Amino acid sequence: MTFRLRLALAVGLIVGLSPMAARADIVADLSSHSIAITTGFTGASVVLFGAIDGPGDVVVIVRGPERDLTVWRKGKIAGIWANTEAVAFASVPTYYALAASKPPDEVLSPAAAAFYRIGVTNLKFTPKSEVSPEQTRLFTDALIAVQEKAGVFSPSHAKIAFLGERLFRTTFNFPANIPTGVYLVQVYLVRDKDVVGAQTTPLIVSKVGVDAAVFDFAHTRSLAYGVIAVIMAVMAGWLASLPFRNA
Amino acid sequence: MDVYLPIAEVSLDVFVLLGIGAVVGFLSGVFGVGGGFLLTPLLIFVGVPAPVAVASSANQLVGASVSGVLAHWRRGHVDFKMGFILLIGGLAGSILGIYLFALFSRLGQIELVISLCYVVLLGVLGFMMGVESLRAMLRQRHSGTARRKLHRHTWLHGLPLKTRFRKSQLYISALLPIGLGFSVGVLSAVMGIGGGFLMVPAMIYTLGMPTTMVPGTSLLQIIFVAANVTLLQALTNHTVDAVLALLLLIGGVIGAQFGTRFGTRLRGEQLRFLLALIVLAVAAQLAHDLTIRPRDLFVIPVDNR
Repeated sequence: MTFRLRLALAVGLIVGLSPMAARADIVADLSSHSIAITTGFTGASVVLFGAIDGPGDVVVIVRGPERDLTVWRKGKIAGIWANTEAVAFASVPTYYALAASKPPDEVLSPAAAAFYRIGVTNLKFTPKSEVSPEQTRLFTDALIAVQEKAGVFSPSHAKIAFLGERLFRTTFNFPANIPTGVYLVQVYLVRDKDVVGAQTTPLIVSKVGVDAAVFDFAHTRSLAYGVIAVIMAVMAGWLASLPFRNA
Repeated sequence: MDVYLPIAEVSLDVFVLLGIGAVVGFLSGVFGVGGGFLLTPLLIFVGVPAPVAVASSANQLVGASVSGVLAHWRRGHVDFKMGFILLIGGLAGSILGIYLFALFSRLGQIELVISLCYVVLLGVLGFMMGVESLRAMLRQRHSGTARRKLHRHTWLHGLPLKTRFRKSQLYISALLPIGLGFSVGVLSAVMGIGGGFLMVPAMIYTLGMPTTMVPGTSLLQIIFVAANVTLLQALTNHTVDAVLALLLLIGGVIGAQFGTRFGTRLRGEQLRFLLALIVLAVAAQLAHDLTIRPRDLFVIPVDNR
């Protein structure tokens, strides 16, 4: 049910953004519009392919759903390392990856890169409370470093390969720990240091099968989930004691 | 073979999890304690987020205690009245414990609190058990054993609400088991343990219960306290991973069978000395992790990533 809801939401997004795609100077699509996190999930690859109608370069960003996120800084208190300072940021993308046919800073002006949020350093992180600019910079850098280490922010751009003049393709590799939600794949056509065409495609990452059911159940019907978890354990314990009945 | 744990949101090797369950089950079979105090730290070592490790251990504990109680009950070694009174304290304690758990989670300190509790508890426990078992081994060499007084009267016996426990042949204040249950209930919620290793000595030395009645009665109340913790964790923190708990239970059942057989071949003091060494090693490892400079000074707690 949640999956359908997300799908409907995503379709709404494409329709909403269609005026941009309608310029049709760039078209692109994904090999799959959904990533299913199943019991054996160890990551997934999605191929993006497309064509442009003239010369230019292609830059693609993949953004995960946004969430509020707190970064903690550890400090030493009485010989023990503990979380001492925190900065909470509002609406941070949970995933960010970049692919480009040429290094983005060579083909795009800094202003254009900043406007289209191309490159991790162009992401805007706003603290939820009053924090000094130095603190904000320190914690922003830390946030990027932690997310890069976790594999959910890509530090450099992946290569987009051109097949001939017009056709291009690239592969995005998603790690096992990707957050669920609606991802937006934004494909930009770049000419003369500026973005001249764009298309947005959704990518839905969701848990499916047993895991999705368990997760949804645990969050929407916590009491029933707890009761079932307890009953399951009692049953398992009772079954385990059967072989020893006559001992 | 990796398995994706839906609540922990990590992929872990299914055989590692079964193995952890088996190791803990083996130890509980050998030593007759629940083994929760080793389970939670082991889960944290392999990468399960601490809050999920604690809550799922409580879930696993329900099953492990049920099979334990049934074994003791068949031999008639369960004092239901005592268990019930311990439980009153235990339930109240676990409610306070869950509240503390949620509070420290909000403050971003839950992982530290869990680690600190483990270091202190395991350190003290390991030390006491080590000293006691060494003494016992030495005493056996010099054969003449100093006999303890059968019954000592302290201020604990002056407390009100005296109650008779027929099965345990005791006449003591009900406040004692309630207080004991309460303290273990708090620990159970914060650390994901049944507290058998605290409860058992306290029942023998503080309450003066006969040794045969202790494990079954302690396990009986642990079932309910652990079930309560599982429910409350599921409700307030959404951190119970039932898939993880089930895998641990399966491993635990197999491990316990081997453990029980192995345990009968070893002598009591040697067993306790061995357990003391394991406990101290775990405490030392956790303490070491707290004091070395972390590789990353900045962290994003998993639950809000």
